[in-house]
Amino acid sequence: MNTELAIDVCGMTKRFGQLTAVDHIDLQVRAGEICGFLGPNGSGKTTFIRMLCGLLRPDDGSGTCLGKDVIRDSEAIKREVGYMTQRFSFWEDLSIVENLDFIARMYDVKNRRDAVHQSLERLGLTERRKQLAGQLSGGWKQRLALAACLIHNPKLLLLDEPTAGVDPKARREFWEEIHHLAGEGLTFLIATHYMDEAERCHRLAFILRSKLLVHGTVDEVIEQARLTTWEVAGPNLLQVAEQIRGRAGVEQATAFGNLLHVSGTNAAELEQAIAPFRTEQHKWSQVEPGLEDVFIHMMERPKQEVSA
Amino acid sequence: MKAPRFSFARFKAIIVKEFIQMRRDRLTFGMMVGIPLLQLVLFGFAINSDPKHLPTAVLVADHGPHGRTILQAIRNSSYFDFVSQVTTETQAHEALARGDVQFVVNVPENFSRELLRGDRPPILVEADATDPAATGNALGSLGTLLDGALQNDLKGPLAFLSGTNGPVELRVHAHYNPENITQYNIVPGLMGVVLTMTMILITGLAITRERERGTMENLLSMPTRPAEVLVGKIIPYILVGYIQVTLILLAAHFLFHVPMVGSVPLLLIAVFVFITANLAVGITFSSLAANQLQAMQMTFFFFLPSILLSGFMFPFRGMPHWAQAVGECLPLTHFLRIVRGILLKGNGLQEIYIQLAEIAVFAAIALAIGVKRYHQTLD
Repeated sequence: MNTELAIDVCGMTKRFGQLTAVDHIDLQVRAGEICGFLGPNGSGKTTFIRMLCGLLRPDDGSGTCLGKDVIRDSEAIKREVGYMTQRFSFWEDLSIVENLDFIARMYDVKNRRDAVHQSLERLGLTERRKQLAGQLSGGWKQRLALAACLIHNPKLLLLDEPTAGVDPKARREFWEEIHHLAGEGLTFLIATHYMDEAERCHRLAFILRSKLLVHGTVDEVIEQARLTTWEVAGPNLLQVAEQIRGRAGVEQATAFGNLLHVSGTNAAELEQAIAPFRTEQHKWSQVEPGLEDVFIHMMERPKQEVSA
Repeated sequence: MKAPRFSFARFKAIIVKEFIQMRRDRLTFGMMVGIPLLQLVLFGFAINSDPKHLPTAVLVADHGPHGRTILQAIRNSSYFDFVSQVTTETQAHEALARGDVQFVVNVPENFSRELLRGDRPPILVEADATDPAATGNALGSLGTLLDGALQNDLKGPLAFLSGTNGPVELRVHAHYNPENITQYNIVPGLMGVVLTMTMILITGLAITRERERGTMENLLSMPTRPAEVLVGKIIPYILVGYIQVTLILLAAHFLFHVPMVGSVPLLLIAVFVFITANLAVGITFSSLAANQLQAMQMTFFFFLPSILLSGFMFPFRGMPHWAQAVGECLPLTHFLRIVRGILLKGNGLQEIYIQLAEIAVFAAIALAIGVKRYHQTLD
């Protein structure tokens, strides 16, 4: 048994009728690591996370989660895992402290009162503890959710798009907390759509159409894509993008604010394609592809390439 | 600012949207069609306020020819079906108390001899009158029936016996509710009806609400067993059920002066079994329903036959056999017999345990379905 791996699963598969939501995904996450879990909507992120915490029974696959068998010991895994659902799933007609107290009881937390008190303190919820959860704003709801996930001292946190609908300041504070907790030895698997959040992760796993595409550090992921990217500045970028899109070698042309990123995997072909557009009007420069370029590139890969 | 004009296009858009949503929610649509059909069947075919073929026991102490004639006439009236013969008064009362028979017709000793002597011997009819509606017509028919019954026997020289008052005297003992007060029957029954409605509805909603609000996912991600969740959710409502029972019992006693002949503690024990059965139904419904509205509709779908086929509103024995068979499957039917039996007849455990066992079996089946359908996972 490899104690260093918090998650070590392979061949995880889930089917819903005809649809295969998760198709033989292998994933290893080291203890104390923050693993970003990326992929477009409907690619199977939530289903995969739900299988890890015993909410869904995998149709196929094996492995361990915190050293315990993901199929057989799902009840034992539940005790050591904190799961934050995509949608706020605490009791809106209970107050913050009542919610936390309930969760603590469900997990048989020792010294429950102290645990609830500490968790309120730690996430700055003490003043609002009597407020009903349903009346909280997005940022506070998310704090409550995090506090609740942590109350039983889990070793692994599975967070499913935890910062959706949360303002930038609250998001930053949230991520600081995550890094702090990771420093204490907690392992994270965080599903997200935000590139800035992805860049804060130690490692990334990208899934598309139910399959795992890439797995590695940010740099590794970018390098694996072997993408060449040109940045264009100047007027009428929309028109440039439209004209350039159909040309051989150009795989994507995406606007980034006032800039246009044109990317392709074949550097030579790409350079040929953009040659007619390199006029006085526009400033062209080759740049390092960003994570976002890479992800859009992967998401737009044709189906056959993914399933091959 | 001027209010926008009524737009026909917008109006049409709303109508179209409603139709689309109606079509998507199959269950609701099914209920909209199913409930009128159910009502049609129940009201049209099952309910009969003039119950006939009521089970009757006979206690014959005189085997003379005229007693037989009278029994024959009673049997021919279509109100009375002779289902058993008893030999003692005690047996007769037991049969009434258990509810095996609605009437006991008693032909006393020396009936024929006294008849021929012109002594106007009595025919004693003992009735279980807990539900006045069930016995009213049958008892009403008896008077004329007896007068006509002996016409053939009392011909020629015996014709004088027919007399002005009739040859026999009809004595009716309306047991348990001698004054035919409808409330005595309805108010205890109401206890069962109220419990059925609220217990099923509340538990049905309690679990679908978790699902609708997304909190179910959270609950399932925690280390819990189905029994902890289900039983934990049930207990508070059992308490609520007892509050309802207490209120109804107090009202029955102080407001309606319903007699309480039997043991109230025994009733409270029976209530527990009945509440459990209803909560189990509620849990099963909530495991089948996708949302709170559907749970509510299912409750209504169950409640309708419960109230109509259990003997609460209409005499149970007035219904055709298929409706009685359906009624026998409903816990309310058995609970009504228990609560009326205990309060009005003074039944003890011995008379009610079969009914109680049937409710318990129902509860066990419903709970088994509920627990089986309640998934520990989201799939």
